[in-house]
Amino acid sequence: MKLVIAIIKPFKLDDVREALTETGIAGMTVTEVKGFGRQKGQTEIYRGAEYSTNMVPKIKIEVVCDSGLAPKVVEAIQASANTGAIGDGKIFVLDVGQAVRIRTGETDQTAL
Amino acid sequence: MKHAFKFLAVAGSGAALTAAAPAWAAATPPPSVNSGDAAWMMTSTVLVLAMIVPGLALFYGGLTRAKNMLSTMTQIGAVACLAMLIWVMWGYTMAFGEGGSAYVGGFGKAFLAGVTPDSISGTIPEYVFASFQMTFAAITVALVLGSTVERLKFSAAMVFAAVWLTIVYFPIAHMVWASDGLFFGMGALDFAGGTVVHINAGVSALVASLILGKRIGYPTERIVPHSLTLTGVGTGLLWVGWFGFNAGSALGANGAAGLAMINTFVATASAGLFWMLAERLSGHKGSALGFCSGIIAGLVAITPAAGNAGPFGAIVLGAVASVICFYAVTVLKPKLGYDDALDAFGIHGIGGVVGAIGTAIVYAPSLGGPGKADYAMGGQLIVQIEAVVATIVLATIGTVIAVYVAKLVTGLRVSADVEREGLDLGEHGERAYNY
Repeated sequence: MKLVIAIIKPFKLDDVREALTETGIAGMTVTEVKGFGRQKGQTEIYRGAEYSTNMVPKIKIEVVCDSGLAPKVVEAIQASANTGAIGDGKIFVLDVGQAVRIRTGETDQTAL
Repeated sequence: MKHAFKFLAVAGSGAALTAAAPAWAAATPPPSVNSGDAAWMMTSTVLVLAMIVPGLALFYGGLTRAKNMLSTMTQIGAVACLAMLIWVMWGYTMAFGEGGSAYVGGFGKAFLAGVTPDSISGTIPEYVFASFQMTFAAITVALVLGSTVERLKFSAAMVFAAVWLTIVYFPIAHMVWASDGLFFGMGALDFAGGTVVHINAGVSALVASLILGKRIGYPTERIVPHSLTLTGVGTGLLWVGWFGFNAGSALGANGAAGLAMINTFVATASAGLFWMLAERLSGHKGSALGFCSGIIAGLVAITPAAGNAGPFGAIVLGAVASVICFYAVTVLKPKLGYDDALDAFGIHGIGGVVGAIGTAIVYAPSLGGPGKADYAMGGQLIVQIEAVVATIVLATIGTVIAVYVAKLVTGLRVSADVEREGLDLGEHGERAYNY
């Protein structure tokens, strides 16, 4: 099993979700996050006091899938979250040791 | 202007009243309540209350960080309540009691002694007049707290309010508005309280913030308004309530109130737009907070001139005050380095001074003002400047005393831990937002 973590632009979430559903993914976890990479942040001014924020709001998607499916998942995210501009995000793939469905106690592949 | 009307009328039908009265009433009639005036003044009084809660509480609250929202709103509400209680005990008599000096009223009306439902002030019940003036004391002391939020203890705010009202507000209110008051005698023009309320509150706020010191992290850390939405709501409530403040200061439903009303519209509208314009000319985006700040600056500036300017003089006054306040807040404050957290001085102090001095100019009949043909602008300018300087001196001395008394009694400032965690939890045991 693999854990695919993708950091994407917030407005791309629906596109990514749609693309992942088409690959056969049955569930995912989504978190609102902030961070920075090459994309520069915004400048805010309140009554003349300037603050530059280098943390940009992003969405983090976590998907656990069968190892064989992982390349397709990565490809689907890469294609659907792409705008061609700096700040499109990153995808990371990690190995997963175990998965358990809490309701039934099913493990690994059947738990996904 | 307003109280001249009041005291003349109290003395037994003033010149203005007699002139307006029909021929059959030529004999001096006893003072009586005009129900139209009374109804307008009761309405004005509650409009000014709406400026404080929720107007000012939301305006200031939105500008603080989320962890200090309740502290800011509660301090404003609580000092306003304290001001109301002190007002009926010794405030009203110190400001408007008869038989005092040029500096303070006599104590004959302490605890409202002798005031009954039959007592009349001008053409309105004296209880209404006392209530109207009560709301002015309440909002003025609440305005001062704009510079001290996010670090001043609740208890310190209460002690400060009690001392400050007694030694600063009541005497200055007497000097400006009572017919035997010092500035009133000098002929200073202050329609609705530019000196008493705004210069007074603004200068006191600056002095208090200097003694109190900066907030932890100012100006290096990110300290930004937590909800400009609420600040915008508060701005709207302040503007609406300000019609009670300004048009109510005519003390009747009359032409002067009408003039004050239209000026409170147009000076404010001009100031709101001119602040945004100043932002654009400085190379920034026109901002929502700039819009709100301009609205308040315009309201402050037109306060002394509300019934003392023509509508076009008011538009210019609003614009000038807005641009000057913009530079005070965005350029002067960072250079001088003091932490007037919500710009009580930058907007009320500076805007108040511009308004008070500008009143002498826009009062001129040649500029559309209500002054007589022989109006001498130069002389009036000197009187206005004298009143401004005297107010600044009194407010400064009184605030130093009031803040040090509060420090002695309460310690003045919350601990660094409470300040970091937020005054909502540290001082009140609550959070403003529980999601």
